[in-house]
Amino acid sequence: MYVAVKGGEAAIRNAHRLLADRRRGDRDVPALRLDQIVEQLALGVDRVMAEGSLYDRELAALALVQSRGDLIEAIFLVRAYRTTLPRFGYTRPVDTAAMLTDRRISATYKDLPGGQLLGPTFDYTHRLLDPELAAGGPVEAPVQRAASDERMPRVSEILAGEGLIEPDGELPVDRDVADITREPLEFPMERDARLQALARGDEGFLLALGYSTQRGYGRTHPFVGEIRIGEVELELDVPGLPFAVPLGRVRVTECQMVNQFKGSAKAPPQFTRGYGLVFGQSERKAMAMSLCDRALRAREFGEDVVAPAQDEEFVVSHLDNVQSTGFVEHLKLPHYVDFQAELDLVRRMRAEHERAPVADAAETREAAE
Amino acid sequence: MKNDRRSERQEEAGRKAAMAALAAAPAHLLADLWAAAGLPEDAEPVRGPETGLVTIRGRIGGGGAPFNLGEATVTRATVKLPTGEIGHAYALGRDREKARMSAIADALWQDPKRRDLVETRILEPLRAALAAADRRRREETAATKVDFFTMVRGED
Repeated sequence: MYVAVKGGEAAIRNAHRLLADRRRGDRDVPALRLDQIVEQLALGVDRVMAEGSLYDRELAALALVQSRGDLIEAIFLVRAYRTTLPRFGYTRPVDTAAMLTDRRISATYKDLPGGQLLGPTFDYTHRLLDPELAAGGPVEAPVQRAASDERMPRVSEILAGEGLIEPDGELPVDRDVADITREPLEFPMERDARLQALARGDEGFLLALGYSTQRGYGRTHPFVGEIRIGEVELELDVPGLPFAVPLGRVRVTECQMVNQFKGSAKAPPQFTRGYGLVFGQSERKAMAMSLCDRALRAREFGEDVVAPAQDEEFVVSHLDNVQSTGFVEHLKLPHYVDFQAELDLVRRMRAEHERAPVADAAETREAAE
Repeated sequence: MKNDRRSERQEEAGRKAAMAALAAAPAHLLADLWAAAGLPEDAEPVRGPETGLVTIRGRIGGGGAPFNLGEATVTRATVKLPTGEIGHAYALGRDREKARMSAIADALWQDPKRRDLVETRILEPLRAALAAADRRRREETAATKVDFFTMVRGED
């Protein structure tokens, strides 16, 4: 017999009203405006955009306020919003070589064309809390210096000249670009589908996996060939116009990881690569993504798949924090009936156990596990 | 014939540049310029303004095969002027009023008699503002460029 139980409407209504109150907090403290969040918590906004897979700063800021600063809840809200909008199409691929750069560094070449531009970085800070920030004092304007028009080639182009590095990843041209938001995941994946999944994957998960490769679980001997952060132009082909329509610019972070060589009887040894591209200023995520991209190419290079970071099905099935949180958090919803069934079962087993001779005890315990 | 095609291409490049300036414009600046320009606002909405998604693509390794990076909000509008020109607008974000004004500006730009007005009153100030902001950004970044020097240690 199954008896449906209803109830809790009033409790839920009041809980949500209480949530709204706690979210607002002390009314004597001014309410946050979205432009304050966009301007002053910009990297949190960027993370919501990257993992929410939707580039829209104001929406990400709204999600952050609505979620009381819970990033995964904010990402969930953004993902849900995405499904309400019609799709206008796919942009032309962005050209990161033509980026208006805010930062560009290489750990492999000191004197690369265009130079090393530190930009607004936390690197080389002392990680000491700054009481002056709490006091809200004035902030100095940045220093300006004449900018050169020197071209800033991607670092891969420099090594490519000597043939010492594998080319940018090519796939057959007649193939449709994979879209994991439209087709269900299928393993094994092509690299384009994997990169799409990695780009919106959880930063913490990818960071841990990237770190695991450094500690020896699928070692790839990485060097940061280049990281660049800045704005790229978007263009969209639309029916009725003879040219690609400009849409404006988005900020992205790109990481070119250069890894140790591969060669075979046919191909001479050359550096291999991992690639990271992420919405916003998200350097840690772009680096972790490029480490994972390279580790997940193990099969392609004939490497033994022995570590978690190399296991495509494991990585791609667990990198999405909206999916993960959905399944973990559903455990707290009512499971009264399921649990009742388990309870009956364990009672029956217990009764049998008490009746049975001692020799059968081990077997019973096994069955219960 | 050849000249026709060349002028057609120039026309397309000019219109694309106009749409680029409009798409990149901060909404408040476009609204201020529009209010000051005194351009006719009569236009029949053909489509939108409406907000939707585009999927942004990157390339593997920066220059390889394309892959889907994620989505962005885009607002578009199409309008028709009483004189018959049809204007389109597309821009990142969810600003409907900006899309409507941009579509009217695109339609007016196609009318040779009114193109100069759109160029001087709207597009030139937008381009100047964008160029100034970009220059400042480049110069601020340039000040963080590392100048390496070598330190000679010890004798000989």
